[in-house]
Amino acid sequence: MNNKFLLRFLGLVRANSGLVILFLVALPLSLLSADFLSGNNLLTVALQTSMIAIAAIGMTFALITGGVDLSVGSVAALTGVLAAGLATRNGLGTYPAIFISLFAAALIGALNGAMIAWGRIPPFVATLASMAAVRGLTLVYTQGKPISGLDEQFTFWATDAAGIPVPLFVLLFVAIITYIILHRSVFGSYIFAIGGGEETARLAGISPAKIKFGVYIISALAAGLTGLLLTARLWSAQPNSGTGLELDAIASSVLGGASLMGGAGSVTGAIIGTFIIGILANGLNLLEVPSYNQQVIKGLVFIVAVILDYVLKRRLKNNGS
Amino acid sequence: MSRTLLFIKIMADQTYRLELKNITKSFPGVLAVQDVTLSAYPGEILALAGENGAGKSTLMNILSGAFTADTGMILLDGQEVKIPSPRRAQELGIAMIHQELALIPQMTVAQNIFLGREPLFAAGTLVNTKMMQAEAQSVLNQLGLDFSVTALISDLSIAQRQMVEIAKSISIKSRVIILDEPTSALSERESAKLFDLMRSLREQGVTLIYISHRMEEIFNLSDRVAVMRDGQLVGVAATKELNVNSVVQMMVGRELKEFFPKAETQRGEVALEVHNLRSGSHLKDATFTLYKGEIVGLAGLVGSGRTEIARVLFGADPNEGGEIRVAGKLVKIHSPQEAIRLGIGLVTEDRKAQGLFLGQSVRSNASVSLFERLSRFGFLLYEKIDQWVRGAIQQLNIRAANLEQRVGNLSGGNQQKVVIARWLAVNPQILILDEPTRGIDVSSKAEIHNLMGELAAKGMAILMISSELPEILGVSDRILVMREGRLMAEFSRADATQDRIMQAATGQLQNAGLNVHE
Ligand SMILES: Nc1ncnc2c1ncn2[C@@H]1O[C@H](COP(=O)(O)OP(=O)(O)OP(=O)(O)O)[C@@H](O)[C@H]1O
Ligand SMILES: [Mg+2]
Repeated sequence: MNNKFLLRFLGLVRANSGLVILFLVALPLSLLSADFLSGNNLLTVALQTSMIAIAAIGMTFALITGGVDLSVGSVAALTGVLAAGLATRNGLGTYPAIFISLFAAALIGALNGAMIAWGRIPPFVATLASMAAVRGLTLVYTQGKPISGLDEQFTFWATDAAGIPVPLFVLLFVAIITYIILHRSVFGSYIFAIGGGEETARLAGISPAKIKFGVYIISALAAGLTGLLLTARLWSAQPNSGTGLELDAIASSVLGGASLMGGAGSVTGAIIGTFIIGILANGLNLLEVPSYNQQVIKGLVFIVAVILDYVLKRRLKNNGS
Repeated sequence: MSRTLLFIKIMADQTYRLELKNITKSFPGVLAVQDVTLSAYPGEILALAGENGAGKSTLMNILSGAFTADTGMILLDGQEVKIPSPRRAQELGIAMIHQELALIPQMTVAQNIFLGREPLFAAGTLVNTKMMQAEAQSVLNQLGLDFSVTALISDLSIAQRQMVEIAKSISIKSRVIILDEPTSALSERESAKLFDLMRSLREQGVTLIYISHRMEEIFNLSDRVAVMRDGQLVGVAATKELNVNSVVQMMVGRELKEFFPKAETQRGEVALEVHNLRSGSHLKDATFTLYKGEIVGLAGLVGSGRTEIARVLFGADPNEGGEIRVAGKLVKIHSPQEAIRLGIGLVTEDRKAQGLFLGQSVRSNASVSLFERLSRFGFLLYEKIDQWVRGAIQQLNIRAANLEQRVGNLSGGNQQKVVIARWLAVNPQILILDEPTRGIDVSSKAEIHNLMGELAAKGMAILMISSELPEILGVSDRILVMREGRLMAEFSRADATQDRIMQAATGQLQNAGLNVHE
């Protein structure tokens, strides 16, 4: 029947809603702006977007458990300044500095995780608190000034290799690892389980606390990586970098199919979601839309995408599958 | 058509309250309801029977506006009606009490009863709470219910919640009330109350459509029985003209597999000893022993503390001072995880909130407890998992379109089977089942009982909580009875009768057969 055909089509759209939206955003932009599809421009978009996408993947982990991590922007900033500071001021060398700063990020994630898992503080509140505190630490550490003087070993991570931005390779690497964790491992399937019903999971013998603890460490590590790449790209660590990163990360995850209620989300979705936002921003820049107006348009696209998802989901739920 | 003929036709139609004509509904991969034509009179109780997944709930969901039919027509008091939404159904006077209760736990009884049609004041801007509560109270009084209209739903037992749903449908002044397995969560006494209520509604001319897997109830209560199988209506007849066998035969379309009463097994070693178990206000004192190879039935009224025993033993609720010994060793159980490690399993009574991940697939629901075992270096071995799940689906006769199907879209009975499948995977030493066959059809029920017997024969100790006395009497080697948080009586299989259990459960018989511990 016609109706059935429509349903199947809607199902396909819903299952790949991220790709559909990506297409809907990219199509008019490529028609409106001649530069949009140029190789150079696409590489720029890829460079910027891949850095954010890593944080978005981490955010997806938190969203799937039914939580959220608002501290990602601050963690990104702290990781960046710490790495830069250790490398330049303390002369530790790039890789030890990166390693130690990522360890610090993981520590903050562990703290978030502990507050949420064992302290039973709602994720929104716990990570809101650490968002403020960690930003504060960053400002204290830098005295509010950027840290520059990074060597080439550090800045290499935001340059091109064989004509392709290095962060794209980093994203690919992170995506593969996190994909395996989320979609292939026992740990990953427990993440979905507690998002699908925490009490059910507990009574099935899963320890929600341990899983959540791990999830916030992953989210912080991802944010830390984003912070390092942003630092490398700017050749210096900015104490106020990463502000608003949490919003971009949440928006990307949700555009990519993660549910704020928990239980749904994917690595590929998070990446596609970030690219939607990145391409939209880039296109609007090319079209010389003033940045204030850009904000409005971004917000609208986000709302439309979420409503579309919600409506399709409900429609399909009432009709099975 | 001549005038008289037309008149006669109208008369004939008028005798029906409700007519469903050629209703068909399909979901991807399933034809859930297939060309069903069914009518109901005012002032009758029409029972709807059929195996799990036969399409009963789907048909009634169409009538109550939750689903729309692919094809077909609905007439109400002779008029064709379209029912695109539950709201429209309400306006037409059709209420459905769902198999899975649909109340908002954080709101009060009164708020739930009047949800969406609150009495307003101040030009329709504010809710008239006083009036709402007064009216809710009068409905509760009419039903003889004694909980407060300001109580939160989350503080009520499942049975009480059910009563709230019924109060809601009555306050809407419905012409047609559909009850989807209303008694599956009620004790005998509460069920009896509900039946009185249904009979009095019938007197008032209300049409009641009643879905149940319990044959005694169907035969006690209904005027006519309609039977569905695989989405089709296979027969409708006056209850007087039927008997249990003929209904069951229509349901399954073949001779029913025989239920083998549990074989007398040799009682093995002690599996679990419990001394003075206490927790909260629901469980005051329980002392008992479970042996390997036996099935112990735990009877009692709803709210007597049976579920609490299960939850404490499983580490889901804190143990406040009792002693628990597993295989002779004193243990402390702080979490379900620890309980599982000690070889204790629990099939919970509330499958929706505690048993299932409703939004997730049949595969992950059935196998979540296997993930650790069926993985290598932390990675899932999907092929092995699928293989196991397929086996369990076959063993328990679970009707699912495929492994990917959302559990929330399975029929109620099949959902319950998925929960049981999960525990088969764990294969614990001690298995506690809280209302294990709630919502399960007769033939699957027999299969589950047989399965319990097999597990016990292999040495598992089974504690089964049930509100259905025939089930308790049929399956248990030994029967414990709870009343108001205390273990009141113990009967051997030979000594137990329905009457004696009820007497112990209601306090007319004290400490029968118990070794009273000081
Ligand atoms: N929303 C849905 N999406 C997909 N399939 C569904 C949905 N709802 C029901 N089904 C399927 O339709 C069939 C009939 O289900 P239904 O719930 O009507 O059975 P039932 O007779 O009420 O069974 P039970 O006695 O177990 O409650 C089943 O195969 C079920 O899996
Ligand atoms: Mg049903």
